[in-house]
Amino acid sequence: MFDIVAFIPRAVGQSVPLLYGCTGEILTEKSGNLNLGIPGVMYVGGISGVIGAFFYEQSCANGNMNGFLAVMIPLLCSLVGSLIMGLIYCLLTVTLRANQNVTGLAMTTFGVGIGNFFGGSLIKLSGADVPSIALSKTSAFFSASLPFASRLGWFGKIFLSYGFLCYVAFFLAIGSAIVLFKTRPGLHLRAVGENPPTADAAGINVSKYKYVATCTGCMIAGLGGLYYVMDYASGVWSNDAFGDRGWLAIALVIFSIWNPLIGIFAAILFGGLYIVYLYIPTGMDYMEFKELYKMIPYVVTLIVLVFTSMRNKRENQPPASLGLSYFREER
Amino acid sequence: MKKKQKEPLFHIVKRDVLPWYKAWGIRLIAIIAALIVCGIITTVTTGLNPLKVYASFVQGAFGSGRKIWITFQNMSVLLIISLALTPAFKMRFWNIGGEGQVLVGALATAACMITLGDKIPNALLIIIMSISALAAGAVWGLIPAIFKAKWNTNETLSTLMMNYIATQIVAFFTVVWEVPKGSFTVGIINQNTNAGWLPQLFGSKYLLPIVVAFIVTASMYVYLKYSKHGYEIAVVGESEKTAKYVGMKTGKIIIRTMILSGALCGLAGLLLVGGINHTITTTINSGQGFTAVMVSWLAKFNPITMVFTSFLIIFLERGAGEISTNFGLNQSFADILTGIILFFIIGCEFFISYRIAVRKSNKEN
Repeated sequence: MFDIVAFIPRAVGQSVPLLYGCTGEILTEKSGNLNLGIPGVMYVGGISGVIGAFFYEQSCANGNMNGFLAVMIPLLCSLVGSLIMGLIYCLLTVTLRANQNVTGLAMTTFGVGIGNFFGGSLIKLSGADVPSIALSKTSAFFSASLPFASRLGWFGKIFLSYGFLCYVAFFLAIGSAIVLFKTRPGLHLRAVGENPPTADAAGINVSKYKYVATCTGCMIAGLGGLYYVMDYASGVWSNDAFGDRGWLAIALVIFSIWNPLIGIFAAILFGGLYIVYLYIPTGMDYMEFKELYKMIPYVVTLIVLVFTSMRNKRENQPPASLGLSYFREER
Repeated sequence: MKKKQKEPLFHIVKRDVLPWYKAWGIRLIAIIAALIVCGIITTVTTGLNPLKVYASFVQGAFGSGRKIWITFQNMSVLLIISLALTPAFKMRFWNIGGEGQVLVGALATAACMITLGDKIPNALLIIIMSISALAAGAVWGLIPAIFKAKWNTNETLSTLMMNYIATQIVAFFTVVWEVPKGSFTVGIINQNTNAGWLPQLFGSKYLLPIVVAFIVTASMYVYLKYSKHGYEIAVVGESEKTAKYVGMKTGKIIIRTMILSGALCGLAGLLLVGGINHTITTTINSGQGFTAVMVSWLAKFNPITMVFTSFLIIFLERGAGEISTNFGLNQSFADILTGIILFFIIGCEFFISYRIAVRKSNKEN
């Protein structure tokens, strides 16, 4: 039978990488940058964390790992990795005014390549004496939940059974909603995304806002990759396992009409849709239909996309200058 | 009151149109710089002599007769997909859905080969295959085009979703057709009868895609440059308002162009299944729908230039593939190198359209 108490934690677990990607991309898009490189950024965020954790585990061969360092080293590595990706994107699109779609796709090729290359060759390159990358010790620190969670029955299972990165995801989403809609920098950022010439005339430094928003967005998205490897996949990196979650995160941005708070619920819904095929009874003779059920999140996204454009409400529209580079001289 | 205004050290000035040789000179410098960076990265990760790295690049693409043929065959398929996307891009319709459009074309081909193979004469089968592949691709392009024309739905994201829907449909049929059961692969279709296999030209199994690519390139060049349709596409791309003002039906143009775009992607799918692989998998297109976006953009949507850009990308892929095989590295190494080179080429476009004017020292003030 359908076990809702078991289903919700799995759906939430699936939703966290999507939520990180979605929050990061909302910040980026609010500054007028359509970053199609998010899938690549999430791969880089994941693998940078893996590299950091891998070398830390190697250096503590005797097994005495400091819990604080075991969390901070991968976390910092992941943030730095995705920051570099964000800087590359900004350098090309903001400073050098390149086409955002092409730059984003190149970033995805590059980032997925980095992830799979280092994931596949890290052991060979570092000459370590281990059969595969399984960072179970580091992962244990990442996925540690509150000690009393298991004693609280269904409540503990649904609300308290996650690693800390899961809660960080929700706080970041709420935090960025507050920054975007309740503070002055948020107002400036939205102005830059809607109408850069006006923002520029009002004395807002357009390039600075674009850089900061895009790089912060990339760092948040990169954490999604880190969460996936360290918590969801229990520290085991396998190539292409992260899959198309990055693209789905970009789709989520539209689903949540550029509001991180709606993004939270949308991400959980998508997380559920992502795994719902496991729960639809098919029987052994009809295995092929599982493949069709995996299509559900994409079909739903497409339908939502069409519906939001059909209703055409003013407050639900993308930032007006989304995808366009700003040239002050070309007014 | 005199207030001294600080003048920035340098500022950016838009250039006049550069003569073509200067523009290509800048691009060439960027590619060389990118190759140097790639050489350094390869040396750091593999510990190889950089010169050897470049030698293996050439070795990978042109090392033997067979390798040269495969290089050109892969290049032709990528070229066809890039050409397919080009009219849409020229219209500023960001068709990221090449991947899905190729996949449904491939699926339609495979479906005809499996269900109709040996039941009807081979020539008729190939005609039906071709028509259904083109039609399937066209339908896959048509759906986002209708959304765009009717409700101005963001086409980048709708075509992207269509890719994944196509992938899952192919996965579904892979399970339906799998041989043997449970293997999740279809295997070579009609291996004994060769029913539905596209004919070999002049006894070479590599030549057909190359010839098709040549024809498509030439026709696309003429279509975009000299036909009324091509002109309408250019006007819609430059300014949709102008197009509406002069009475062009933009919705109709978008739909017509996307049908063409999708159908040509379907053609690439037909070649992949009927002419090259004779099987179908969800990854048969290996991301070329996305690579083609960059090929087309790098060529500034010019079909003739696209021959060179698609060659460049395939050369890099084959070269980096050779390096990864020779030194036991992961195949994804090619993606990293391609990414770096793309960054350089994308970045260098800036120096073609703009120049940096350094502040002149003005001491008289």
